[in-house]
Amino acid sequence: MYSDMADEKSKSSIKEQINENLKRVYEEALQEEVPDRFKDLLAQLKAKEGGK
Amino acid sequence: MNTPSKTAKASESLDPREELTDHLGALRAFALSLTRNGASADDLVQDTIVKAWSNIEKFERGTNLRAWLFTILRNTFYSDRRKRKREVADPDGVHAAALFEKPAHDGRLAMNDFVRAFDQLSPEHREVLTLVGASGFSYEEAAGMMGVAVGTVKSRANRARARLAEMLELEEGEDIMSGPDRNSLAVMGRSGVAAA
Repeated sequence: MYSDMADEKSKSSIKEQINENLKRVYEEALQEEVPDRFKDLLAQLKAKEGGK
Repeated sequence: MNTPSKTAKASESLDPREELTDHLGALRAFALSLTRNGASADDLVQDTIVKAWSNIEKFERGTNLRAWLFTILRNTFYSDRRKRKREVADPDGVHAAALFEKPAHDGRLAMNDFVRAFDQLSPEHREVLTLVGASGFSYEEAAGMMGVAVGTVKSRANRARARLAEMLELEEGEDIMSGPDRNSLAVMGRSGVAAA
């Protein structure tokens, strides 16, 4: 019974640690600058639309 | 008649295409989590933008635009992947995990070890963990994006976490925060640690 509780506890701590690291990886990717090509692409798409 | 300068009900009447710019960073982060490669991620985001732009009438206004864009992105990713069919099918990452060299962690999970392990996961596992673990979508939203049942999202996320824990030697019963002696840990090996 004790070990069941310990298992549950360590399972949730593992989950927390994994989530923490996942967030860090994701945040790092979010902080990278968005390449200009995407803004250029949106501008092009918009210009094409306007020309119709 | 493209840019309505001043409208009464802003978000309702605004063309959702005007909001695409706000989601570029998140799209790219999600693409990176699937591809693990900058150039492929950028190509994927580019395809997603073009598809979203030309299918904007399919977007239901008032619903979550980011979730809609993420859905396009992941569908594009998987359909490209099926077309190429280059990779060995390994949805649970069993093969990849077997090749993984376990980290010699000393009580703290190092970021680079985590990233290395994350890279070894299948895209399906990286996807579910990114959606529910990192980008803050609910299981229900993730299920909608992935086109599967909520239960499937939960079990897939659990399997993905278990896979990571296994690769990183985060064994159940081992409290890695307490930092056991590195040498005894190495000597005991995995079974010893689990029994300790």
